Amino acid sequence: MSILALKAIEHAYLGRSVLSGIDLRIDAGEIVALVGPSGCGKSTLAHVAAGLIAPKSGRLSRGYERHAMIFQDPSLMPWATASQNIALGLRLARVPRTMRGARVAEAAAQAELQPGDLDKYPVELSGGMRQRVAIARALAVQPDFIFFDEPFTALDVALRRRMQDLVIGTCSEAGLAGLFITHDLHEAARVAHRVAVLDTYGRGILGSRALPGAPAERSDSAVQDWVRAALAGDPLFRHIHDVDERRIA
Amino acid sequence: MSASLPGRAGRILEFLWSGWAGLAALFLLAALWQAGHEAYGPFILTSPQDTLAAVARLAGDPASWALAGLTLQRAITGFAVVAAAGTALGLIAGYSPATLRLARPLITVLMGVPPIAWIVLAMIWFGGSDATVRTVIVVSALPVVFLGAAQGIATRDRSLDRMAQAFGAGPVRRFLVIGLRQTTTTLFPALALALGTAFKVAVMAELLANAGGIGGALANARINLDIATALAWVVIAVGLLIAVEYALVHPVKAEIDRWRRAAQPWGVKR
Repeated sequence: MSILALKAIEHAYLGRSVLSGIDLRIDAGEIVALVGPSGCGKSTLAHVAAGLIAPKSGRLSRGYERHAMIFQDPSLMPWATASQNIALGLRLARVPRTMRGARVAEAAAQAELQPGDLDKYPVELSGGMRQRVAIARALAVQPDFIFFDEPFTALDVALRRRMQDLVIGTCSEAGLAGLFITHDLHEAARVAHRVAVLDTYGRGILGSRALPGAPAERSDSAVQDWVRAALAGDPLFRHIHDVDERRIA
Repeated sequence: MSASLPGRAGRILEFLWSGWAGLAALFLLAALWQAGHEAYGPFILTSPQDTLAAVARLAGDPASWALAGLTLQRAITGFAVVAAAGTALGLIAGYSPATLRLARPLITVLMGVPPIAWIVLAMIWFGGSDATVRTVIVVSALPVVFLGAAQGIATRDRSLDRMAQAFGAGPVRRFLVIGLRQTTTTLFPALALALGTAFKVAVMAELLANAGGIGGALANARINLDIATALAWVVIAVGLLIAVEYALVHPVKAEIDRWRRAAQPWGVKR
């Protein structure tokens, strides 16, 4: 039973076709990573799926109750403390004020934030801590589907690994489904159950490959072997590192 | 805003302590004033001491309290109209680029007309009444507030809008939770400027329209060549502005800008 299905989705921006013929289904409890070369429309696809952009045509059906989104930029409100930022989703979902405190504390603990960090403003936090706040904000609304829009691209390698571990842990614990946009095949192979590849020009999903085992149990060597084999022998991944900088807005 | 009580008390004490710097600046000004007085004599520039004595004399007279109250009331009501209308119009223009494009040339025209011309027109329309003073305040201060509000909305961080939308906020809630708060960055300096303009324009309009208030008292002092009283009224007008600014503008600004202070390293907080 799929909880997110995109059927023949098409999107054009200022008359130029960005996405066309997109078919993608995501099952309950499944994390699908969407990879593709830069500028192919991965983020646009996530925004369409999350309802931030209305598609030009096609059908979008959602079987989940509540989604959350984590962006590349943490998108925190600079004037609000970390805990107020985490509570934003609850405030927008009209959760009563008295219940917000406990939910914020719970989400902050899940994202491994210290209670002392919660009273700080975003300017006082490091880049990694800000992204943790963004993750906690997403978890606080207790979603059953999470959109990840290249969330860790701006972080350094060690920090990115820790964040991926955090995502893998919380998603497998709660059985969350998600769409993880990334241009890093290694990251995709770590966090996802299945890797889908978007066409270089956004003309459809070229195909997808399931990864062995659950992300939480996958060893580093298994991930590396899979990536190496995919890049060396699988025609599906042949173009994912192509870059045409003219297409990147 | 569940700020801890000790934190707030600390900020208030820090603010009061910063008053020493303000006092030092005021005494420096008084010293220069005294030097001017000694160079040019009491007829051109009354000494600060005599001016303060004149202020004290005026403060003892209930009639002058009524005059100052009249000017204060005109400036505050004029400012309130400017703040409400300017903010509302500016927010609309911020969301609608077409409106902003239409409004910009109008603002230029409005700012190009000298305030004195407005005073003449307002005197013809309303005579020497409150409405004259308020009209001139509105016309002189509205463009600043309008542009401040419009700028705040137009330059808002759109990624925050997108984020709020992803969490299910409709346009109205996005405006209330995200947009309005970002406007304060540009709207607040504009409002502070408008408040100062309101006081200055109120006194000027009163003087020229012979509408009573502090401006009227200044006109009388000019007729009598009473430099001490004239300076005393100036001191009183500035004092009123400072009182309103520190009672109204600064507390709100401090609350809104708390996160900016958090960004400053320890020791350079001002």
